[in-house]
Amino acid sequence: MKIKNEMRLDFPAAGKNESFARLVISAFVLPLNPTLEELADVKTAVSEAVTNAIVHGYADAPGTVRLHAVLYEDDTLKVDVIDNGRGIEDIALARTPFFTTCAEDERSGMGFTVMESFMDEVSVQSKPGRGTTVTLVKRLRACETESARRA
Amino acid sequence: MLSYEKYKGKLTVRLKGELDHASIAPIRAELDQLLNDPKVKHLVLDMEGVSFMDSSAIGLVIGRYKALARRGGSVSVTRTAPRVDRIFEMAGLYQIVEKRA
Repeated sequence: MKIKNEMRLDFPAAGKNESFARLVISAFVLPLNPTLEELADVKTAVSEAVTNAIVHGYADAPGTVRLHAVLYEDDTLKVDVIDNGRGIEDIALARTPFFTTCAEDERSGMGFTVMESFMDEVSVQSKPGRGTTVTLVKRLRACETESARRA
Repeated sequence: MLSYEKYKGKLTVRLKGELDHASIAPIRAELDQLLNDPKVKHLVLDMEGVSFMDSSAIGLVIGRYKALARRGGSVSVTRTAPRVDRIFEMAGLYQIVEKRA
């Protein structure tokens, strides 16, 4: 599939960068004229993945989170959220609703459930001690293509 | 600074802006400060001003629910946007927290 646009962003694993990551991904998909719903879906899923990287991947220790977004010709958006943190021992367990490794910190354990419900595909690659890559895929409605066809 | 109103045993707090893992930490601290008052039995979270919310807010609400349930109180939410409802419903939150009109 031909790539329409692509971006990479590395930022420190700090809480303030959760909102920054949301702003960046919004700006990246905005030229496609996504619906407000689609935009919020993408922002929420990215927010969950970036929070996981900071809170679980690095357990609030210093580290770098990478956001790698690709927009394909058919208006499919793919976002990788990559950390080099501690990784996930049991991915299936981590994706179970309400599962959390830090309940005392009032984490809800709903991060993956939210990602899965707002995106079309969510996949996770992880190696304990090496890090985690969460891949989020969403086919955007492509208002741009629609209006171009009408014109 | 949270905007709130106390009336008898009811504390109404108006949340605003973006609620994520980072922004919720100071809100939680301030809420718990307000909930230190043993006279407060019911907490109402007014969600109208919330422009973004992820699953971090679920933990915030469940945590306050636990604290208030211990003293025989309750938590309710009001003026939730459809998106906020969707996230809260995913977690089954409305089984323990009342949604007020």
